[in-house]
Amino acid sequence: MSKIERDAARFRHIVKGRIRKELKQYMSRGELFGKKGKDVISIPLPEIDIPRFRFGTGGSGGVGQGDGEPGQPVGPGEGGQPGPAGEDEGQHVLEVDVSLDELAEILGEELELPRIEPKGAKSITATYRRYSGIRRVGPEGLRHFKRTYRESLKRQIMAGTFDPKKPIFTPIREDRRYRSWVDVVHPEFNAAIVYMMDVSGSMGDEQKEIVRIESFWIDTWLRAQYKELETRYIIHDAVAHEVDRETFFHTRESGGTRISSAYTKAAEIIGANYPPQDWNIYLFHFSDGDNWGGGDTEVCLEILKSRLVPDANLFGYGQVQSPYGSGQFIKDLRHQFSSDEKVVLSDIQGRDGIHGSIKEFLGKGN
Amino acid sequence: MIHTAFPSDLKAAKYRIREIVEGAGLDTYEVIFEVLDYKTINSIAAYQGFPTRYPHWRWGMEFNRLTKGYAYGLQTIYELVINNDPCYAYLLQSNEMITQKMVMAHVYGHCDFFKNNMWFSHTNRKMMDEMANHASRVRSLMARFGQDKVEEFIDVCLSLENLVDVHAGGIRRTPRTEKNGAGTDQSDGVPRLRAKSYMEDYINPPEFIVAQRASMEGKERRSKQFPSEPVRDVMAFLVEHAPAEPWQREILEIVREEALYFAPQGQTKIMNEGWASYWHSTLMTTEILDDAEIVDYAQKHAGVTANSGRQVNPYKIGIELFRDIEDRWDRGRFGVDYEMCDSFEERRDWDRHLGLGREKIFEVRRLYNDVTFIDEFLTEDFCRRNNFFSFSYNSSAERYEIESREFKRIKERLLFSLTNMGNPLIDVIDANHRNRGELLLQHRFEGTVLDLDKAIATLKNLYRVWSRPVHIASRSEKKDFVLSFDGEEITEE
Repeated sequence: MSKIERDAARFRHIVKGRIRKELKQYMSRGELFGKKGKDVISIPLPEIDIPRFRFGTGGSGGVGQGDGEPGQPVGPGEGGQPGPAGEDEGQHVLEVDVSLDELAEILGEELELPRIEPKGAKSITATYRRYSGIRRVGPEGLRHFKRTYRESLKRQIMAGTFDPKKPIFTPIREDRRYRSWVDVVHPEFNAAIVYMMDVSGSMGDEQKEIVRIESFWIDTWLRAQYKELETRYIIHDAVAHEVDRETFFHTRESGGTRISSAYTKAAEIIGANYPPQDWNIYLFHFSDGDNWGGGDTEVCLEILKSRLVPDANLFGYGQVQSPYGSGQFIKDLRHQFSSDEKVVLSDIQGRDGIHGSIKEFLGKGN
Repeated sequence: MIHTAFPSDLKAAKYRIREIVEGAGLDTYEVIFEVLDYKTINSIAAYQGFPTRYPHWRWGMEFNRLTKGYAYGLQTIYELVINNDPCYAYLLQSNEMITQKMVMAHVYGHCDFFKNNMWFSHTNRKMMDEMANHASRVRSLMARFGQDKVEEFIDVCLSLENLVDVHAGGIRRTPRTEKNGAGTDQSDGVPRLRAKSYMEDYINPPEFIVAQRASMEGKERRSKQFPSEPVRDVMAFLVEHAPAEPWQREILEIVREEALYFAPQGQTKIMNEGWASYWHSTLMTTEILDDAEIVDYAQKHAGVTANSGRQVNPYKIGIELFRDIEDRWDRGRFGVDYEMCDSFEERRDWDRHLGLGREKIFEVRRLYNDVTFIDEFLTEDFCRRNNFFSFSYNSSAERYEIESREFKRIKERLLFSLTNMGNPLIDVIDANHRNRGELLLQHRFEGTVLDLDKAIATLKNLYRVWSRPVHIASRSEKKDFVLSFDGEEITEE
């Protein structure tokens, strides 16, 4: 490792340490994943910057160059002060990029989450082609230019026909070299998550925000465990719909609640797309615990018992406290599934409960 | 040190440019060019030019930032030159020949500036070695006390590194023993000027005696205080007086020394870049380039001196000012006669054929720093020609706005932003505050408030060094306040 790489590694180490220390806080705030890229998120970490006595916002103003009347705004980054003052004193909050894998690692270490042992035969495999070797025969498209010329050079030097003043190479058949490949076989486990959420009138914005944060962390963890992760979203009040992610978090209905509709929908989706012998299936359902009477809860339990739980690695039910919900549903589930390893029930008491709830959901390593 | 082959075509260019540069009167150290790929050049830039620096996470952070900037095509480092004898300069391998030539000429300009500008005269010209010494000291301290502990303390020291006296190299701040004309030959001990008895009332009038007495009492009061005069170099004060462990003192000293080494570069940013740009541009267009290269060069040069948006580019303002000075002294557009002339035509066509321009700019590069440079040579004409404006923060609209196009205001703003390299002026005024060994700093308020969050965090770091409660006195918009940290909580009064 070169010197700068050691310093860079040191920097990452410190960043991870800070995030770990603050993880509980991050987990109760939504701002983290506002800055999500494909594989990285930017985490605001102003404390990592070295503080100094300096001038506050507004500063002393400064001098710029160009057109404009007094009173006209000067855009960000414009009119920076010449000299060293403008060089490193951006007023922006320092952000560091952390890959989702790293974040999952921190999450796993901090919550002491066990690695997941994927179920099912290693039936799904992927084959990669890696070009790693050289051989004497092959298609012209794979000809290795440099190696071929090197062989040619060697041959000519050996034959004494090489003239450094007039270096001309004419590769002959024997000089030609081609790239060759090996097939690398990777076992791959695929996973699907189905999120279900009650969007009836009693679920407010705060409740949904909690679900959003929970799902972010669940995604992050499972994504680090599985190569492929498919995510499906179901919202329900008295009837269920499959929706996209955006809609999932921003829909609000006013109807009543029939949970069985969501479970039926989930069973349909799994049946159509994710044969359980090939897929690791995760189901998460969030609600405030209110369900209509009229025997719907019995229907739910029946679907869970006969269809969903047997097919899934995990069925997680998160009950988010709301001022309107009765919170009855978790009791019914507990009564039925108290001894089932695959069913995790979590009572989420506001944002501070997210941390503990994630630990409950993912702590079993299913 | 990373050594790479120095290709022969570059070597030829270097020798030629060096000859031209010397012919033009520049006086430089030997310059050693290294040709590096972008990754290596980024890593050296992260180390502020010194590949030998002590291990610390912030180099890694900076390296990540630079690498990202390069990958997104936001920035490329053209050149990197360090003030050392010999002078080291790094060239980016992937640059074309014409860029390399421009960079070399530019580097020789910097090197001449390093060697001859008086603000650099106290800097260590063997800094490459000194940095390596610092690094090996830090590494051995880390081996002994643990990397975390030492690195954390480096963070603490860095937090205070701008509290140095940038003039420390040239000025003695501690007063010498009193030796002035005022004797103390009267019984009341008030110093008077020596006078014949008949002149006594004239030389030492009553008002003078009163003032002398007040100043004497003030001095006496202060002499019981420690330090007796405010100390600008807070870092040096801590090195000497903070109850720190020897290894901590050592780190404080290292951080202070490095901060002072870099200070002149901060004090002369505009001039240094202006000087280097002046010379690359002058020499490239008159001597170095052949006809075929001139268009490519013009484009490169325009890129270097371009203003981005309405931001003032130090390269640009620097080179323009040097050219303006040269022109004024060539044509004699200075002095009382010129200043007093109020005929527009006469001023415009003013030319005394003095030809003193070259000589003048060489003098300027020796004696000035950015503050004095701008103060003396930024003229109203220049300001108007370059379309400068001043801007300020409008707190009700929460944005920066163009404030004025008035010359006086612009100059004031510019000078303020350059004073103390844009840092607040902070002194130690009492090291035995409240008679309890507490440390009191004073921010000399000049209309701009401190960033409170940063001040609090910095104060906490200061406490780590002083290990007794620490205070900083400052002002917000209208009221004086003292911010204190006693090891447990921050208080403001």
